[in-house]
This record gives sequence, C-alpha cells and structure tokens, in this order.
Amino acid sequence: MLNFSKIKTLTIYLIFCFIAFFSVLNFQKNDSLYIDKKINLGLDLQGGSYLLLEINSDTLVQEKIQDKVIPIKKLLKENNVNYSNFKINNQSLSLDISDINKFDLLFYSRTDNSVNPYIDNYRSFELDYKNDTNNQIKISFSKFGLLTINNSALKQSIEIIRRRIDDVGTKEPTILQRGEKRILIELPGLKDPERIKALLGKTAQLNFRLVSKNSEFGIDKLISENGEKLNVSKRIIMSGENLIDAQPNINNQNNEPTVSFTLDRLGAQKFGRATTDNVGKRLAIVLDGEIVSAPSINEPITSGNGMISGNFSFQEATDLALLLRSGALPTPLLVVEERTVGPDLGEDSIKSGKISLIVGFILVILFMLYKYKVFGLIANMALIANLLMLIGILTILEATLTLPGIAGIILTVGMAVDANVLIFERIREELKTEKSIIHAFDTGYSKAKITVLDANITTLIAAVILFAFGSGPVKGFAITLGIGIITTLFTAYFLARHLTSLVILNSKNKEIKI
Amino acid sequence: MNSKLNFSSKFKLANIFSLIIFSISVIFIIFKGLNYGIDFKGGTLIELRTDNTNASAIRTLLNEMNLGDVNVKKFGKDGDYLIKVEQKENDNNKIIPKIKNNLSNNLNNEVNFRRVENVGPKVSSELLQSGIIAISLSLAAMLFYIWIRFEWQFSIGSIIALFHDVVITLGIFSVLSLEINLSIIAAVLTIVGYSMNDTVVIYDRIRENLNKYNRLNISEIADLSINDTLARTIITSATTLLALLSIFILGGEILRGFSFAMILGVVIGTYSSIFVASPMLKFFKVTYKTLEKEEEKIVP
Repeated sequence: MLNFSKIKTLTIYLIFCFIAFFSVLNFQKNDSLYIDKKINLGLDLQGGSYLLLEINSDTLVQEKIQDKVIPIKKLLKENNVNYSNFKINNQSLSLDISDINKFDLLFYSRTDNSVNPYIDNYRSFELDYKNDTNNQIKISFSKFGLLTINNSALKQSIEIIRRRIDDVGTKEPTILQRGEKRILIELPGLKDPERIKALLGKTAQLNFRLVSKNSEFGIDKLISENGEKLNVSKRIIMSGENLIDAQPNINNQNNEPTVSFTLDRLGAQKFGRATTDNVGKRLAIVLDGEIVSAPSINEPITSGNGMISGNFSFQEATDLALLLRSGALPTPLLVVEERTVGPDLGEDSIKSGKISLIVGFILVILFMLYKYKVFGLIANMALIANLLMLIGILTILEATLTLPGIAGIILTVGMAVDANVLIFERIREELKTEKSIIHAFDTGYSKAKITVLDANITTLIAAVILFAFGSGPVKGFAITLGIGIITTLFTAYFLARHLTSLVILNSKNKEIKI
Repeated sequence: MNSKLNFSSKFKLANIFSLIIFSISVIFIIFKGLNYGIDFKGGTLIELRTDNTNASAIRTLLNEMNLGDVNVKKFGKDGDYLIKVEQKENDNNKIIPKIKNNLSNNLNNEVNFRRVENVGPKVSSELLQSGIIAISLSLAAMLFYIWIRFEWQFSIGSIIALFHDVVITLGIFSVLSLEINLSIIAAVLTIVGYSMNDTVVIYDRIRENLNKYNRLNISEIADLSINDTLARTIITSATTLLALLSIFILGGEILRGFSFAMILGVVIGTYSSIFVASPMLKFFKVTYKTLEKEEEKIVP
C-alpha cells in the first residue's frame, strides 16, 4: 500500500491542486479572473427574505365548472337529449337525464369535443361524470382535469409574480415552483418583505361594470370608496386582461395621484361602445370585488386611454399601476411560510461561524500534534488539504453556504481525522508484532481500509437522507457533511498515505514511533 | 494506549442503567412532550435588538395586543430578545406588521428586527412529518447497510444502540424543555451517522477477532475488540467534541441548540457503541460460527 508510481502521485496532487485552486477564488475581492465561480451565501448569512406561497385553486375550479354550464346545455339541446333539474353545485354540476347511453357517447366523444376535451398528455378527459341514482348524473372535473387547471394556474401565477417582483426592482430574486401548489420566492438583501407580500396578496382582478339604479336580478351590492351603497351589474364590460399599460400620474387640476391606463384594440372597442351607449350613467371600477371608484360617464371614451382616480396616496397609485401592468393572478396566494433575516444578523452569523471554524480547527490540529507528533503533522496536512478541497468542491458546484453548512464544515474537521486515527492506531498494533516497519505500515493501511470505508459510508447515508428530506439551511448542512466525507476519504487514503510513505521510505527502517 | 479494561463485566450494570435512562426519556417524551419550535408547531418568531428595554416591557406591549400565547426571552447578548407567538389562525401574516409597528412605536428606542419567521400550520405539520420520515428512513438505511455488511445480529444490535441514542437525546431535550426545530432534526440525523460510525468500528473488530480467535467466547471477544479500538474511540470523540464545543461556545445563539444536541449525541453514541451495541451480540449468542454460516450462504 505504500508504493506509489510517479504517475499516480502526479495525478493525486494534480487533482488536489485543481480542486483546491477553486477555494482560492472565494477570497479574491473582484471577479476579474476568468473563472467566475463562488460559493453563494444562503439567505441566513447574507440577509434576505424567503417566502413560500400556496395557490388555492378552489375558486378557480368553481369558475371553470360554471363556464361549462352553457356549452353542456347547448350540446344536449343540439343532440335532442332531454334533461331536467340542472343544478350548479360547489365544484360540480348535476342533472337528471333520461338517455344516459346517448349522453355517454356525446360526453366521451373524442372528435371535436369542445365541451369535454381529451387531454392527450394524461390520456384522460377533462371532465368525468358519475351516475349516482337512476337518472341523476353528476359532472365534475376528472383528476387530470383538476391537475391541468392547477398546473396552468401555478405557471401563470409564477409568471405574474415574476413580473410584479421585477417591477419592484429587487436584486436577483429566485422564483421557483415547489410541489404541486407552492411557489418559493427568495429575495436576497430584502429587509422587509411587507410591500412584496402586499403586492402578491392581491389578485388584482380589475373589472369595469355599470352601476344600475334599481336592484334587479344580476347585481352585486358593493360599497364605493366613499361609503356609498351601490348596485353594480354583474355583467363585465371590460376586464384587466385588455389593459396593455398602466402608469401612476398626478392629476394637473387637483394634484391628486391617479392611474392612467391604455387599452388594447379589443378593449378600446368594448370600452368605446359601452361608454357611448351609457353616457350619464356611472361606471364602477372594481378591483378584487371592491369598488376603487365609480365615476359618471361624461362623454364616450373611444381613444382607449383612461384614468382611475380614487383618493390614492402616490404609493397606492404606484402599486395599483404595477398590479394592473403585471396582470391578474388566477387565484389568491397565501403566504404559508416566511423567513426574513436582517443583514446585520447575517454578518454576525458569518463572523461567529468563521471564529468557531478557526478555533475548532486549531484545537483539533494541536490535539493531533500532541497525540501523534510527526504523523499528527501528516494528519494535519491532510486536514488542511481536506478543508481546501471541501471549499473547492463547494465552489465548483456553486453551492449555497448556510449557517448550518458552516457547522457541517466544522464537524467535518472534527470527524475527518477519524480516518487517519483509525489507520495510525492500526499501524501501532501492527508494529507490535511486525518486525519490518514498512510492512507494518502496509498492513496497517490495508486492514484499516474496510473499517474506514464502513464508518464513512454510514455517515454518508445520513447526509444523503438529510439532503433528500431537509429544507433550506439544513440542506446546506447535508451538502457540506456529504462532500466532507468524500474529501476525507481522498485526503486520508491518497494524500496522507503518500506523505506517510515518504516519511517511512526515507527513514530507512530506523526506529519509528507513532 | 495498551488498555486491558474489563468492559464485559460491566455490561449488565450498564444495560440496567441504559434501560432506566431510556425509560425515563420515553416517559418524559410521552408525558411532558417535546418543546416544538415554530418549524413544527407553526407560529411567528421575531428576533430583535434594542437598547434599554427589558423583556417585561415587550411582554406587556404584546399582551395588550391579545395575540394568545406569547413568549419573550433574552437571546444571547443584552438587548437581544426572541419573541414567539403561537399560531392562532390560518393566515398569520397580518400580525407581523402589526407587532413590528407596535414595538417600534411604543418601545421608546430604535428596534432592529433581526429575524422574522412565520410558519403556517400546514407547512409545520409537513415539516414535522418529513423530519420523522427522514429519521426513520435513516435508521432503516443503517439497518440495511449493516445487515449487508455483517449479519443480522449485528444489524439489530446497532439499531437498538441508535434508537437508544436518539430517544435519550430527545429525552434530555424534553427534560430541559429545549426547543426542537429543523436544525435539531439535522443534529439527530448526524448523531445517527456518528453513533453508527462508532459502532461499525467496534463491530468490524469483533468480526475480525471472532475469525482470529475462535476459542474465545463473545464476551472475551467484545472485551478484546473494545480495548483494541479504545484509543481510536477516545481520540475521535475528543476531536469531534473539540470542534463541537467550538461551535457551541463561539458559533452564536442560532447554532447553540444544534451543537448541544450533537455534543449529547457524541457522548451518548460513544457510550452506546461500547455498552449497548456490543452486549447485544452477547445477547444474540454470536460466535465465530455465526460468521461461517453466512459465508457458506454467500458462496454456494
């Protein structure tokens, strides 16, 4: 085990130098070098906000099933299928039908089925029906129909969140999908996430609807911005989808902040027609079910430009414009987890992490020197190499270093010497019975090999499981612990072994103590 | 080190001792319960720094807000406080700005909010669940690994030792009402890895010695093997504890619970590989024949 060919030695040191080189990159001040790789600091070290949002697609499913009412009725009429007792439930439709076989054929038709399209990816229809009692059937979305709604809502939400956050101008935000219903947002450097949360807390569904005088069928009773009770028609003249731009302004006449908007061609047409037909009536501008303002229509607006005023502060006007520009979220978002770390706490954590790393390192090094003398020196050189390689690999992977991650590095320092201790203790035993020192070292290394491997694989298993199940900072710990084991094995069995062989072979079988 | 300590004579005593401590831990965990942090219970945590304020001033202000269960305590340095508010509703997010405003306006001092965390009930129960799964899975993975590398008697023995370590560590956390959060789960998993590491080293030697000296009985073999590896056991525990003590003392408040759990785990894990894992082999009546049989099975 002590023989190293020249090529082998060269390879070992080349690998070491290559990896260790990367660790140096973290210590240079400017990024002028050709390789721009660094360990990223986690939010707990650099400060920032982490938000986990959850979409709630229930209301969306309700809306979507209601959208199916007219097409289904039409389909049944066109094909002369008699039905009665048509009811809209929470997330399903129910109706009595006499000819269920005919209905089944129509419902599950694969050609030109606009009512119940076939989703190729999932090999499933969008809707399913259940035949509860004799003639009553219940239509609801199939498992994959729900999944499709959910997924598209999630994708759309991510897109709109990105627009809103980019608009606020935070640096390097991370926006990722997490599971089926959740969106993870990381905002490095952000001290107070309240504004972002407020912006993401609004779906920003904007409608223009007429105010009607009488309380006839199909109205919503809403309260206007100045406390007036208004009956607002359910019919939507135009919605936020037709908006192409919105900007905050100051009204020249009364110095009030307002939001001016520009409509697309279709929106301008709709808006023009409605304002022409309803001069003198009031138009309610409804945002998320609340009236922003309800001005009177003085003259037709056909230009496609308009203005919303409504007792805003300038900040409110700016935020409203931002929300309208970014578009409406398909579902409300709920913040289910939030973690914010201030920059000074992050700095403190880095500082204490560094100090405890240095102190721990020195303590271990002194202890090993005291215990093993020359071989302690070898173990310590291996330990330093180990640390350099660990940091180097983290840099190559551009891994994120968290506070528990630093703890993982320190723990690696403590546990890494184990491999060399196992080997040295074994050699000590061999030296008792073996006359040739070289031979004792040789058998020592080979006999300890299995134990070293077994012992490290168990820790590696723990690290892998931690990585798979851990979240956020804990994952950072698992990464450093896991990589630490691999660098430990490398440094103990290649570097330290080579150094040991140099010492032994140069000693020419003189007395050697370990 | 050339030790010839008679460990096996103390096995019985140690086992009784372990059994008592284990039972006390189980009783505490069941009846007193674990002090879950907001990661697992849901709720809001605020760490703040301010001058010339005492905890009771903060407590009074928060109690006026009628937030339910509020816990204020000093956190590390003078002027650093940790506030924990229980999760009352599903949507707890509106209370964070309320608390922040109330404290900054009424404390007569500048308040620096260093850390704000909020975990909803759904997420917290998921985090707890995945923590339990992770620990169970790691135990299962260890069981499997040892079963492959050794024989089933070794596998069961090591798992009982691991179980012993995890339960007693959690028991001590329960007795001292220390908080269980995500980083404690990480610590427990690392303890599992470390304790296993320690056990494997001794088991490896027991296996080797069983083959070498087939005249000796398992108690003698265990004694011999523990003594053979004792120097290593002590040195590795020492270096690991040095590193951990450094984190515990200098690593700041946030890592304190984590490093404390790890220190407990290293001490208990070292004890258990000698006094729990090794006696288990005696209990299963392992002899050199146990190994032979297995080898015959592998090579048909």
